[in-house]
Amino acid sequence: MPTATTTTTDLKALARDMRVDIIRMIEAAGNGHPGGSLSIIDILAVLYWKFLKHDAQKPDWECRDRLILSKGHACPALYAVMAYRGFFPKEKLLTLRKLGSPLQGHPDRLRLPGIEFSSGSLGQGLSVGLGMAVAAQMDKAAWKTYVVLGDGELQEGQCWEAFMAAPKFKLDNLVAIVDHNNGQIDGPVEQVMGIEPLADKLRAFNWEVQSVDGHDLAAIEKALAKAQKGGGKPHAIIAKTVKGKGVSFMENNIAWHGNAPKKEDADKAVKEILHG
Amino acid sequence: MGKATRESFGETILEVAEKDPRLVVLDADLSKSTMTQAFMKKYPARHLELGIAEQNMIGVAAGLALSGKVPVLTSFACFLIGRLENIRVSAAYNKTNMKLVGTHAGIGIGEDGTSQMGLEDVAAMRALPNMVVLQPADHEETRQAVRWMIEHEGPVYIRLTRQKMADLHGPGYKWAFDKIDVVFEPAKKPAKLTATIIASGGPVPHAVEAAKGLEKKGFAVRVANASTLSPFDGEAIARFAKDSQRLVTVEDHNVNGGLGSAVCEAVCEHGAAVPVVRLGLREFGESAAPEQLYEKYGLTAAAIAEACLKNIG
Repeated sequence: MPTATTTTTDLKALARDMRVDIIRMIEAAGNGHPGGSLSIIDILAVLYWKFLKHDAQKPDWECRDRLILSKGHACPALYAVMAYRGFFPKEKLLTLRKLGSPLQGHPDRLRLPGIEFSSGSLGQGLSVGLGMAVAAQMDKAAWKTYVVLGDGELQEGQCWEAFMAAPKFKLDNLVAIVDHNNGQIDGPVEQVMGIEPLADKLRAFNWEVQSVDGHDLAAIEKALAKAQKGGGKPHAIIAKTVKGKGVSFMENNIAWHGNAPKKEDADKAVKEILHG
Repeated sequence: MGKATRESFGETILEVAEKDPRLVVLDADLSKSTMTQAFMKKYPARHLELGIAEQNMIGVAAGLALSGKVPVLTSFACFLIGRLENIRVSAAYNKTNMKLVGTHAGIGIGEDGTSQMGLEDVAAMRALPNMVVLQPADHEETRQAVRWMIEHEGPVYIRLTRQKMADLHGPGYKWAFDKIDVVFEPAKKPAKLTATIIASGGPVPHAVEAAKGLEKKGFAVRVANASTLSPFDGEAIARFAKDSQRLVTVEDHNVNGGLGSAVCEAVCEHGAAVPVVRLGLREFGESAAPEQLYEKYGLTAAAIAEACLKNIG
């Protein structure tokens, strides 16, 4: 269960430690996606410590809130959060991407309890979250559904089908969080295929939209708190983030989208994360 | 003439919905054609109209399934496999308990032409692990298959006809998942039958007609109905291979990847030595009356009978 007493200072330290784990697990795997994992870790930390009702001992508890990591390639961040919240021992993090590991290269719900949806094929998560939110609405259940999307992912047409559909069903129990780090494999998002003006587009689609600094824990918490309120509209939070956040040579450097650090770079990254 | 299997489906989900509150139906602007209108009227709170946006519908169904509902989504077969990758991930890989109903199978739809015809859907769905693929051939079989589908835990694809289908099975019929059933056995059986016809869906009645006609001419031909296409009853094929001079497959679908392929795979995997003649599409269809298309593309009783007898080079 979320620990309401976790302070922003505690959470900051936790996020820092989880950044180290992200680097170490991707280093051990020899491949993976550090950039997008580092950009969402603060968002996931606030979600898992402040908002998501869950029970790590009973991951399928039916009253739990649901979280779908639609940008599945950033799963090292999700695995770190899950390990810290007790879904599995932290030692398991170093099995990422290894034969037989429940920590698949992209999340796999059948291999890792606590994963709500096996993602990795971009564009599908918001539709699935929408289906979950409809189910909760039908059952008059109080649990909420959170979907974390990438900004490049929004180039997928299916996202817009889902953006169009959610307001029709008045799903104010659905929260879409866009990790707006403006980086994707072929270059800056706005250059590859622009999505701006994103907030205006989502408002035009009848969503409640907030924009927030995706690394400011207090600001993220405030935005998520606001998104708890009903109002009959689905909530979107556009989190302005930095790809590779916390490691100077990875920040905004697309070379680190899907590239594992070797030992020397990993050590350097960890030192920076811990000591600035 | 009996009912179109899409009609039998529409009636059956209404009955099932009464007892099973988990059932939710999703449509993408084709409910009039996929026969879910009656459900929509009777259970508006359990019906989701998602507009012409099939990939979103597939994802929404997955989310419902992951939250304890049994979503049944409908569209034309061709439009569903147009979103194959969504089905691959959201339905098959996630092993979600969702049911995909693809109507308007094959050239049997007639005048609307190729873009509306499901002609490759079985091939695509059969390639997906975890996905059950069903194609019932008449009213009674559809009723039982649909009921089974709702009870079964896991993703199921069911392929249905637009056209009306003759009743093959009586009310005492007991449909069995994963089993090919013999719908016509010749009265006199020589050591080796001239052929066993394995048919699925639309052309099954034509296969029976062909076998009956051949019997009058002194040829012993059996007709088997393959209503479960994945997993496939290879054991039955191996048995037919032993007592038949040839196997003839008949499907309103491309022969590659569909029933014809499934039978050839079973023959090879069981080490059987029997020729297989595959009837079905090898190209796209076109617009015309369904009967004209069955004639042109070789799915009539006459064409099936010819395939049972013709010299195999």
